[in-house]
Amino acid sequence: KDKVAKFNGTKNKDGNYTVTLIEGDGIGPEIAQSVKDIFSAAKVPIVWEPVDVTPQLKDGKTVIPDAAIDSVKKNYVALKGPLATPVGKGHVSLNLTLRRTFNLFANVRPCRSIAGYKTPYDNVDTHLIRENTEGEYSGIEHVVVDGVVQSIKLITKAASERVLRFAFQYAEEIGKNKVRAVHKATIMKMSDGLFLGTAREVSKEFPNVEFDAELLDNTCLKMVTDPLPYNDKVLVMPNLYGDILSDMCAGLIGGLGLTPSGNIGDECSIFEAVHGSAPDIAGKGLANPTALLLSSIMMLRHMGLFDHALKVEKAIFDTLADGKTLTGDLGGKAKTHEYAAAIISKL
Amino acid sequence: DIFKPTKYGGKYTVTLIPGDGIGAEVAESVKTVFKADNVPVEWEQIDVSGVETGNKHAEELFRESLASLRRNKLGLKGILHTPVERSGHQSFNVALRQELDIYASIVLIKSIPGYQTRHKDVDLCIIRENTEGEYSGLEHQSVPGVVESLKIITRAKSERIAKFAFSFAMANNRKKVTCIHKANIMKLADGLFRNTFKKVAEDYPSLETGDMIVDNASMQAVSKPQQFDVMVMPNLYGGILSNIGAALVGGPGIIPGCNMGRDIAVFEPGCRHVGLDIQGKDQANPSAMLLSGAMLLRHLGLDDHANRISKAVYDVISEGKFRTRDLGGNASTHEFTRAVLDKMEAAI
Ligand SMILES: Nc1ncnc2c1ncn2[C@@H]1O[C@H](COP(=O)(O)OP(=O)(O)OP(=O)(O)O)[C@@H](O)[C@H]1O
Ligand SMILES: Nc1ncnc2c1ncn2[C@@H]1O[C@H](COP(=O)(O)OP(=O)(O)OP(=O)(O)O)[C@@H](O)[C@H]1O
Ligand SMILES: [Mg+2]
Ligand SMILES: [Mg+2]
Repeated sequence: KDKVAKFNGTKNKDGNYTVTLIEGDGIGPEIAQSVKDIFSAAKVPIVWEPVDVTPQLKDGKTVIPDAAIDSVKKNYVALKGPLATPVGKGHVSLNLTLRRTFNLFANVRPCRSIAGYKTPYDNVDTHLIRENTEGEYSGIEHVVVDGVVQSIKLITKAASERVLRFAFQYAEEIGKNKVRAVHKATIMKMSDGLFLGTAREVSKEFPNVEFDAELLDNTCLKMVTDPLPYNDKVLVMPNLYGDILSDMCAGLIGGLGLTPSGNIGDECSIFEAVHGSAPDIAGKGLANPTALLLSSIMMLRHMGLFDHALKVEKAIFDTLADGKTLTGDLGGKAKTHEYAAAIISKL
Repeated sequence: DIFKPTKYGGKYTVTLIPGDGIGAEVAESVKTVFKADNVPVEWEQIDVSGVETGNKHAEELFRESLASLRRNKLGLKGILHTPVERSGHQSFNVALRQELDIYASIVLIKSIPGYQTRHKDVDLCIIRENTEGEYSGLEHQSVPGVVESLKIITRAKSERIAKFAFSFAMANNRKKVTCIHKANIMKLADGLFRNTFKKVAEDYPSLETGDMIVDNASMQAVSKPQQFDVMVMPNLYGGILSNIGAALVGGPGIIPGCNMGRDIAVFEPGCRHVGLDIQGKDQANPSAMLLSGAMLLRHLGLDDHANRISKAVYDVISEGKFRTRDLGGNASTHEFTRAVLDKMEAAI
């Protein structure tokens, strides 16, 4: 059975992997620095290759510089900070551009409660996988006559199959043995029906993973009532539902500031924090690097560096649970570098 | 949108569609309570079902429900099951809303005093467009393995729902109306919805207005739901947010709702779940249906009856002696109904 989105990178002669680093805008450089410091203290076998992705307009299309593309293609993996999309210059979002450039077909969003940061929900540990290339985001829309708009949701068997196979594989990798497809096939019988039918087919390739399906409405209802029954499952769903539910899950654990994500493609994958560039606090040493750190841990697992991932992750969670050295957004007083230092001392 | 359903011999005739799943049980509860309170309502019951039984009459009964609702202008309805498997068959629930053009769905989400959940003081109202959007039912397979599903947004229907939301807010002393959309991605479709909303908003300067992207709204709803008042949105987002909202305050068993058209109003539980899993077990919480019934009475101007019934329901829940399983108790549907009746009796 072929592995989907297999990591094809190899170690350099010096025993390290090269990883493309897109530091990003606003607080990006500061939180990237924390990752670099902590990784080097933990002796993670990675060397960073920083690239600039400042967008350019080429024949009216937003493109990213060739050097950046070449770097990601060569290294097969990148870590990315937040990017601010320039407004009003005809640019489409850079995130979307990256997704399209590298055909990153699956977005993985784990949400895990942070001990030390209280929300109405405890012990959340959800994993959601969102189809990233089609559905309601096809971009095909037109005005039929003035005042009547059609927007096309596109579901293909090929894209569904790919993301579903990835979901099953991901479930096995992280040691969950249940996959649940979320859909609205009662209403969208053909489109969501195709997604659901494909899910049933793909599930047969994974006899060790239990499969079931749930109506979108029920998932919303049940997750918000009590998210714990979702801890043993991986959820997989079409684009828009994934967009909405992944943010909803982030809400359960305290918002976007703490949630990591991975954009997975067959050729390469890009890991990123979900939050924005936070221009209001940029350059002041106030930013919380946790989301980017957790994204980099997902990246380590993707690269097969499980021991390093575990070690760094534990240091992060222990520091947060201690509650002594937290950044302002979590109610603490620590500067970004002090928080990073506390994590390093746990290592 | 003012209308008067006809009253014969001092009574209103109301179409009753119990629906599938727990429908029969909760409808029975409403009938019992209405009767005990001498509510001047006569039921015209139609047992249409969406469950695949091989019964050829399903379509016929569905037509009959439409005719009855057109005649009576007023209905109380449970939820009809929609099988995933049966292709080509549109959901009866959706078909009914489209056929009768009951375009505005109202879902009331309010914390019940005395019933504690993770979130306090939630009081929001979801106004959902019921007749177009993602529920257009227009889908086709262009080539094998490639399906296109059409979402339709029109200015006329966006304007109609926005006006409805604002008048609802005015009539119910609400302060703020928020438009929920995904116009950053669906620039034309949701863009039209949002722009129309903004235009209509100009006619209601006394109300605070705002707009929010649906993913952010879902995140905000589970972290700071108290910030929302009236929310208006296209069809699909309404389904999502009404279920998130229900979960904040205690689940679908307590959420009433209504679908309004120009001259027809059909009241039904706001979260629209059939509850096949607990059908016939005497476990369902009839509150959602009872409170929908109370909304119906208020709509008819029968405020005394409405208040008595809804107060009794809230009192029984907050007292906590008789709660159904969904609210963590072990009272049966019948026991809960009995408790409501006792409360109403005690109140007289
Ligand atoms: N890592 C972080 N640490 C601390 N605060 C953060 C962090 N990320 C975001 N915030 C705060 O959250 C709020 C939202 O900021 P964010 O940059 O995510 O959204 P945004 O303004 O939409 O940015 P962008 O335009 O880049 O998408 C800001 O007040 C910001 O200070
Ligand atoms: N009035 C009620 N009292 C108690 N529980 C309820 C009530 N209404 C719905 N529920 C519960 O809410 C959950 C969701 O309902 P249900 O499974 O019927 O959803 P649905 O969207 O109709 O799905 P399906 O058509 O697959 O059955 C179920 O566990 C159901 O038992
Ligand atoms: Mg989003
Ligand atoms: Mg979002």
